[in-house]
Amino acid sequence: MVVSVQIAPPDFDPVFAALADHTRRDIVRRAINAEEGVLELASHYPMSFAAVQKHVAVLERAGLITKQRIGRRRVVRTNPEALLVARRLLDQYEGLWRARIDRMNQLVAETAGAIDTVETKESKR
Amino acid sequence: MTVTAVRKDPQRLTLIVEAEFDASVESIWQLWADPRKLERWWGPPTYPATFTKHDLTPGGRVESYMTGPAGDQPHGYWDVLEVEPPRRILFRAGFANADGTPNTEMPINTIRVGIEEVAQGRTRMSIEIVFPSTEAMEQVLAMGTEEGLSQAVSQIDAILAEETIQR
Repeated sequence: MVVSVQIAPPDFDPVFAALADHTRRDIVRRAINAEEGVLELASHYPMSFAAVQKHVAVLERAGLITKQRIGRRRVVRTNPEALLVARRLLDQYEGLWRARIDRMNQLVAETAGAIDTVETKESKR
Repeated sequence: MTVTAVRKDPQRLTLIVEAEFDASVESIWQLWADPRKLERWWGPPTYPATFTKHDLTPGGRVESYMTGPAGDQPHGYWDVLEVEPPRRILFRAGFANADGTPNTEMPINTIRVGIEEVAQGRTRMSIEIVFPSTEAMEQVLAMGTEEGLSQAVSQIDAILAEETIQR
């Protein structure tokens, strides 16, 4: 028997994949103010510049950050769209609970068992 | 449909879902209070839930696992904070390791359930879920335990269609 973490659903969003890593989430947080370039960002983490650069590239591909030129500098900026992530996540939870409530409703109807319950429900449709 | 209201507050990381049922307060309460009923709706058909412990009292603990199509068994637990049968439950839900100990790597969210009569034989249930952080939501969803969602929805549609035919 396999005991493991179930992998993501088929329509898994690259945004969530990018955010599944702690360092990348931290980069997204830091880049909200768009004050630092990749080099400055890299100084916060106990890893090589190249490794941080890779994380930044993943985030960039997912559309979570962009690199922006401010004067002579290139800073990393969190895409405001990314701030909509929370809303999208809540949307997914909504779907989860809607499915649960559908199952509850079915169960309640079954348990009631009475024909008139079914009729009441159907007359409302 | 049964769901009557959904409120999302991305700032407070809160989701509120309200639903109304043609059923008594007591029968909706039983969906939570009876573990055999609970396991019929908590997980989707592809991830049926089994509740191994169900102490729905203040300070009590509820433990469960779900079984996925590949035999994977994500475990979960609730720490029950407040209970007022048949109207109110407040609990913290988290993930557990296979031995039942809390998985501290995974986030905990707070769920508040309210059940009230709105008319004779008509009951409203409200569920408020508060997440500690966006990361927590991401993490839980990335786990996929919750729960091959699109798959679940299509299976439910199938069940509902069957039900209609039976009628």
